[in-house]
Amino acid sequence: MTTAAQPLHRRLGMTDEEHESVLGLLRRDPLPAELAMYSVMWSEHCSYKSSRAHLRRFPTEAPWVVVGPGENAGVVDLGDGWLAALRIESHNHPSFVEPYQGAATGVGGILRDVFTMGARPIALWDQIRFGPLDDPKNRYLFNGVVSGIAGYGNAVGVPTVGGEIEFDPCYTGNPLVNVMCLGVLRREQLTLGTAGPPGTVAVLLGRATGRDGIGGASVLASASFDDESQEKRPSVQVGDPFEEKKLIEACLEMYQRGLVAGVQDLGAAGLSCATSEPAGRAGVGLDVDLDQVHVREMDMTAPELLMSESQERMMAFVPSEKVDAVLGVAERWEIDSAVVGTVTTGGTLKVRHQGEVVAEVPAASLADDAPLYDRPMRRPDWIDDLWATPALPLGGDPADVLLRLLDDPAIGSTAWVHEQYDHMLFLNTVIGPGSDGSLIRIRGTEKGLAVSSDGNGRLCHLDPRAGSARLVYEAALNVAVTGARPLAVVDNLNFGNPEKPEVMWQFRESVEGISEACEALAIPVIGGNVSFYNETEGVDIHPTPVVGLLGLADPMPRQPPRLSRAAEGMEIWEIGTGPTSNLAGSAAQRVVNDELIGRPTPPDPGAARQVIALTNGLAHRVPVLHDVSDGGLAVAVAEVCIASGIGARVAVDDPGPLFSEDPHRVIAVFDPGTVVLPIDLARQVGVIGGDSLILGRSGSIDLETLTRTHRDAIPRRMAG
Amino acid sequence: MRTAVVVFPGTNCEMDVAHAITALGGETELVWHRHEDLSNFDGVILPGGFAHGDYLRTGAIARFSPVMDEVGRMAAEGRPVLGICNGFQILCEAGLLPGALIANRDLAFICRFVDLEVTDTDTVLTRSTELGQRIRIPLNSYEGNWVDPSNSGRVALRYLDDPNGSQQRAAAVANDGGNVVGVMPHPERGIDELLGSGDGRALLEGFLHSLVPA
Repeated sequence: MTTAAQPLHRRLGMTDEEHESVLGLLRRDPLPAELAMYSVMWSEHCSYKSSRAHLRRFPTEAPWVVVGPGENAGVVDLGDGWLAALRIESHNHPSFVEPYQGAATGVGGILRDVFTMGARPIALWDQIRFGPLDDPKNRYLFNGVVSGIAGYGNAVGVPTVGGEIEFDPCYTGNPLVNVMCLGVLRREQLTLGTAGPPGTVAVLLGRATGRDGIGGASVLASASFDDESQEKRPSVQVGDPFEEKKLIEACLEMYQRGLVAGVQDLGAAGLSCATSEPAGRAGVGLDVDLDQVHVREMDMTAPELLMSESQERMMAFVPSEKVDAVLGVAERWEIDSAVVGTVTTGGTLKVRHQGEVVAEVPAASLADDAPLYDRPMRRPDWIDDLWATPALPLGGDPADVLLRLLDDPAIGSTAWVHEQYDHMLFLNTVIGPGSDGSLIRIRGTEKGLAVSSDGNGRLCHLDPRAGSARLVYEAALNVAVTGARPLAVVDNLNFGNPEKPEVMWQFRESVEGISEACEALAIPVIGGNVSFYNETEGVDIHPTPVVGLLGLADPMPRQPPRLSRAAEGMEIWEIGTGPTSNLAGSAAQRVVNDELIGRPTPPDPGAARQVIALTNGLAHRVPVLHDVSDGGLAVAVAEVCIASGIGARVAVDDPGPLFSEDPHRVIAVFDPGTVVLPIDLARQVGVIGGDSLILGRSGSIDLETLTRTHRDAIPRRMAG
Repeated sequence: MRTAVVVFPGTNCEMDVAHAITALGGETELVWHRHEDLSNFDGVILPGGFAHGDYLRTGAIARFSPVMDEVGRMAAEGRPVLGICNGFQILCEAGLLPGALIANRDLAFICRFVDLEVTDTDTVLTRSTELGQRIRIPLNSYEGNWVDPSNSGRVALRYLDDPNGSQQRAAAVANDGGNVVGVMPHPERGIDELLGSGDGRALLEGFLHSLVPA
């Protein structure tokens, strides 16, 4: 069957059953514009129809939660009238189709999610995953994504202060591009995505609407990839950071002056979403006149106007007496604006175009009546095989293994990436890229916001529940080393095709793992994003949840620990429950043996809490604290040596304890006798000094080699 | 003594500059680019960012913003005029400084600390430093590569290494009078040891000491 012969709803990505639901809801045949709106709003990307039932499992409540999941961003209370807004989103599929614009518009979208809440965006992170860099296509994608993040983030004027990078063959046909944004605001500036009472005026702000990105949510983000993906290029939007910068400043001025009742950004599903969601939330209706929308293409149809995903647009809901003031602010910041609608009683979203009513539907039905799927789940048979297969022992000299790990692009220096990002703007970046967690100060206060984001597709492939839980604990430890206590979590759940029972099982397990860990640490999930259909030609990616964790240090340590503060004669201690040698899912297993087998050590909530609390206190007293993760103890010590420009002698030479990535471990470096650690939770493993890193009796590496190997890991591949 | 910090649409370092100047005891006001009167100010700073989106060419549109006539007047009167990063690019485009800034040699954005050496102390930026003094502040630009076919600029600060291909390794350039200076790295990002360096203070203090009542 050719595409043209398909009925409209199928061409819009709707199933026959979903079409039937619309018929039942309206008790008539939907008009084309109505069908267009339902198709985007009920897409997987917008409606979470396959995941919603599972996401209810997340713990979402805590006394400091101001806004939980469901709004544009989660918001928590930092005390003294300060709030923080945090949000994470994926832009995986657009970034494969067009890496620069895909990543750039991902940044633009996440910023709007945050400044929609009334917050000034103060920092960005990105979590990006690609296939191995020996493939030129992967280098092209990696370079394009990094350039896109830099091009948009730098120009829009929000620093990109960190993130993470992973390479694995499973991402070759389906890179992952997640972006996370943090904003801060005073409590009185909090703004929600609600339409306000009847009579409120809808003002569309920002860039003119064109045909770009039509069906992005339904067609591109909610389907799998095949050889025809490149033909979807017209569904990718094009970003303009300059317009976004002006839009941010204009909106922030409107919030400050109390001019708006609510604001909704136009991202996925464009006007369809920005009209129906705010009206639905407020329990009101909305009359919209599409002829008032400022456009940059001629003869756009009503469905096109409603589905367009043109970037850098916001819908402000403005009390009628303040409309002139809002238009004035837009004029001053040199952005376009148009009055496009009025809030009504009764709950109907009525859309007019060229004098005709093109849609008349219950506003709330677009968001609230979306299908809810309870998709079948099945534990994959191969998990038992993986767990039962003994891992090969690590061959070779540990010093050699360490060098191979430092040369790995996921472990080596990220300077090639982060030096392309402005990570210093706003003068708040106390600890920036290349460390465990970022530390962002709030000037004029004693507070520091610590943020870490962590994912590990390999671990989650072997055990999605334990692997996902360990991400939460690792992120919590990463903020603890800056002196912060964990406050809240956002997650970006990147998975394969949900129509496969094994993928749905992985998803459910992952949600369970994140939930259990959050409960153990008494922190809520305040928002998230689900990206399904990350598969190429029938092969799913590893389950790759990414956990973003916000911590608060109040007060912030006067001299926060840094990897660069180690000095001659200091002792190196490992904190955590005893040394282990489990290498399942580790970087060493991948780099040395090129395998992924075994059962990773499950997390231990009690030990996690102990280590986090101990670390948190130490952050105010010791010069160096470093989470033990990718590459294990050996890499953790090597990173301290490289950052501090000094060698070390480590009294461990067995590959197991050196390279195991078992959870809840951190190294502390301090002058002898300055700190007393509990003997059941900590042991000395070495001493700082000299100009080589010596691993027991198993060899040594001079500092210069160590540094050069680490520094060149990415550049030498990108040069190739 | 008041310093105008000019804000073009797309400027993004204005708050950082204002904070730094204030922290050093100066007084600033943010001035929108359509402003046509700077007679109440004793000096002016064009901060970093992407004025008018840097579309067409960095600084190419900004030089036509209404405020630039006043910036030109202040420059001609010998008042301190400082362009940082994008501001440096705009001053070159406006003809207030020689040369132009083109893409970095490696065609990549560079954001990192760089080490500089003072090569001329007779400018409003460097008058509180000593010849040969080492200064460590962050560089943050894509078009940071200064070229000057006329060879007429006075290089006030020079990179110790060569991050971007800039002619004479120039990081800061002054006009003949020394009152108009463009600097590519960001002194305002170097006023706090907690963030990596306090070396930028000496530069901005030099600027503040150069202010005389209008």
